[in-house]
Amino acid sequence: MIPILGLVAGVLLGLLLDPTVPLWLQPYLPIAVVAALDAVFGGLRARLDGIFDAKVFVISFVSNVVVAALIVFLGDQLGVGAQLSTAVVVVLGIRIFGNAAAIRRHVFRA
Amino acid sequence: MSTDPVPDGPPGVGETPTGGEGPATATPPTETGPATAGGGAGSGRRRRDLPAAVLIGVLTLLLGFAFTVQVRNSDDEQVLAGAREEDLVRIVDEVSSRGVRLRELIADQRSALRQLTSSDSETASALEEARTRAASLAVLNGTAPARGPGLRLTVRDPDDELRVTDLIDVIQELRGAGAETMQFDGVRVGLSTAVTGVPGALMIDGRPITAPYEVLVLGSPQDMETALNIPGGVVQAVGGRGGSVAIQQEPDLVVDALRPLPDAQYAAPDTED
Repeated sequence: MIPILGLVAGVLLGLLLDPTVPLWLQPYLPIAVVAALDAVFGGLRARLDGIFDAKVFVISFVSNVVVAALIVFLGDQLGVGAQLSTAVVVVLGIRIFGNAAAIRRHVFRA
Repeated sequence: MSTDPVPDGPPGVGETPTGGEGPATATPPTETGPATAGGGAGSGRRRRDLPAAVLIGVLTLLLGFAFTVQVRNSDDEQVLAGAREEDLVRIVDEVSSRGVRLRELIADQRSALRQLTSSDSETASALEEARTRAASLAVLNGTAPARGPGLRLTVRDPDDELRVTDLIDVIQELRGAGAETMQFDGVRVGLSTAVTGVPGALMIDGRPITAPYEVLVLGSPQDMETALNIPGGVVQAVGGRGGSVAIQQEPDLVVDALRPLPDAQYAAPDTED
């Protein structure tokens, strides 16, 4: 319940405040969002599996975001930022797909 | 989720294969294992779950916020500000090549516009010139009324002695003195005007005229008066036949008798020039 409330409140806040993303954050924000989404999907799957752990969720959320941003940052420093962020997005996308499939099996039993 | 009924110990281990929480999966077994080993330690779980719930709420709130901001952000043009160098180079390339194409288009359109306007103004000036010419030709031809300075002549012929040649002399003398158009007793004199008849029953263009003849002529009043008055000229000739010519200079005279425009039966305009 809390995550859903949090998401809704965040979306509303974003819509209401409509802030501009600072320039230095702009390459990392989409990656961070995708990483966080991955963590959320993982958490949802764990919850459906009955193995959810709040601590694991929090740590994985934060570390996912940090690591993804770090990879992109390193890539930018190395001049392969575009490729590395693509790689991160691909990997995270695959994981999200996998988690979504697990969630689907739980929800639809198929 | 804070009230997760499942004991925390085993899940940490069981979670590893899901891959959902990659880097963090190593810690849970050691950390959470002992804390919830008892399984039903309700009060301990609550105490530990409250901050976790708060953290989860904060994190998801952050996620929703960032998600919305990012979606909003990538909606508008600002997406360029976050683009990478190589992307920007590609975009600049595309934009500049598009700019080149558009500039060529503009140049084409401009030259077309210039052509159109110049031909338009040429047409307009040609039309204006044609109108002016048509107007002056109409005055010469007698198909349009005309006004301006000129002379009003009154030719008296009490003895009915004036002949065709005398009237032609009057007309020619006036023309020679620069008369631009005239009317003779209410008949406009034009290019093909003919004076016919016998003394006392003269006709101009087949229309009978009666003395005294009133002649309205447009032109330089001084020149024409001088021309009429020269020795041996029109005034003397008319006087020699017992008539008289009264000359009156008029600053503003209206010649409003009209001639029908003759349809050219044989001659057609030669447009090749």
